[in-house]
Amino acid sequence: MFLTLQHIGRYFCMLLHVFSRPEKGKVYWKKVVYEMHHMGLNSLGIVSIISIFMGAVVAIQTGLQFENPFIPKYLIGYATRESLILEFSPTMIALILAGKVGSSIASEIGTMRVTEQIDALEIMGINSKAFIIQPKIIAAVLFFPFLVIMSMSIGMVGGYLAGVMGGLVSHNDFMYGLNYWFEPFHILYALVKTIFFAFVISSISAYFGYFTEGGALDVGKSSTKAVVYSSIAILIINFTLTQLMLA
Amino acid sequence: MIEVKSINKSFENNHVLKGVSFIFETGKTNLIIGASGSGKTTLIKCMVGLYQPDQGLVNFDGRDFHGLHAKQKRLLRQEIGMLFQGGALFDYMTVGENIMFPLTMFSDASEEEKIERSNFCLQRVNLPNAFHLYPSELSGGMMKRVAIARAIAMNPKYLFCDEPNSGLDPKTAVIIDNLINEITQEYNITTVVNTHDMNSVMEIGDNIAFIHQGELRWSGSKGSIMNSDNKELNDFVFASELFRKLRS
Repeated sequence: MFLTLQHIGRYFCMLLHVFSRPEKGKVYWKKVVYEMHHMGLNSLGIVSIISIFMGAVVAIQTGLQFENPFIPKYLIGYATRESLILEFSPTMIALILAGKVGSSIASEIGTMRVTEQIDALEIMGINSKAFIIQPKIIAAVLFFPFLVIMSMSIGMVGGYLAGVMGGLVSHNDFMYGLNYWFEPFHILYALVKTIFFAFVISSISAYFGYFTEGGALDVGKSSTKAVVYSSIAILIINFTLTQLMLA
Repeated sequence: MIEVKSINKSFENNHVLKGVSFIFETGKTNLIIGASGSGKTTLIKCMVGLYQPDQGLVNFDGRDFHGLHAKQKRLLRQEIGMLFQGGALFDYMTVGENIMFPLTMFSDASEEEKIERSNFCLQRVNLPNAFHLYPSELSGGMMKRVAIARAIAMNPKYLFCDEPNSGLDPKTAVIIDNLINEITQEYNITTVVNTHDMNSVMEIGDNIAFIHQGELRWSGSKGSIMNSDNKELNDFVFASELFRKLRS
């Protein structure tokens, strides 16, 4: 318990340093763009693949539940859209990104720690926490929402392909369902969740990377911890925000 | 000149440095020597501010490093260059970008001026064609030389080297030692080298501090180290067959 509190305290102290004023804004902005490319664009492939199959599976499973002739088929399109927007795209993609991006952040920063690159920054008089972590958090917060919106769109294409081409629903019914009773607030809810998820994935992973002690083995351990704790944080935030925004 | 006064540092119950005092002179290559685990690296990390000493002072030409405000400390740090054991070059930057990095962060120099300075530093360490290479493409000796080039990019007043020739072959080690010595004299820098390599001691040891179990046990120059009657120092210096033969 004491150790957990110690970690939480150290995490928030780290955040205070991370959001101090940058030494040179231009250099930081360049790093933000680099991180967007490194973390965001490089995740497009995995996000697309997961989203198309996720959408397809949601459509098929919904179709199987709606075999009763009294339930209109367009609800397959509706349920696919709502499931993707409300839960699957933001949360599932966040969990995937916690694995991909989170482990990458923790191992990158952990390696910098054990190879003394962080010490080198400190000796130069640079706030190493801000220089290394701040651009990653900003890049994640700015870019992850795009990934999630893209995931929603691709997921719906996947649902269409599985539903219409699999003969579960007609083209017209599926398209009608996709447009049926659309609540723009649900998109806002998904994006708010994504921003929180992006923040915790990048900051928790950076925390475990930054405070790595030891050698290569410990970098691996930090990376694993980063994924585990980011995932737990995502689930807790998901529940809390859902309670606050939808209940 | 850097003066350390009564430096004490403990990690939990392990008392690593016990009241170390020494003066590191300007324009000289000052060596901290001692066996592995004697506290050399801890002393150097206390001096550059990576560790906060439990007690004692570190004065950089009269400025008490640990008593300075954060902003003053940051300014003083810009006068410090450091060569790490593994080089500590930034993996994602080219050699040129590594050397230009401190200039980018702390000077208003134009891109052309930074490139010019970077090329000058690379020429100084005899690596004129390494500008576009990445650290992963360099040998151990080249990495150390690039790290020296980065350390001198800002014209530092103080240069710290943590085991600069560990993992290098004897010939490359001598090249690195001589390079550090030349730069020290050329720019009149206060250089502090942490080493356990006796070849380095005999090559560049102008002013030597011998640390044993966290205490300063002997100080002098390379000329006097062979004739010392300090038992711990003799055990350290004459540990190898070569030096025992030299003595006899």
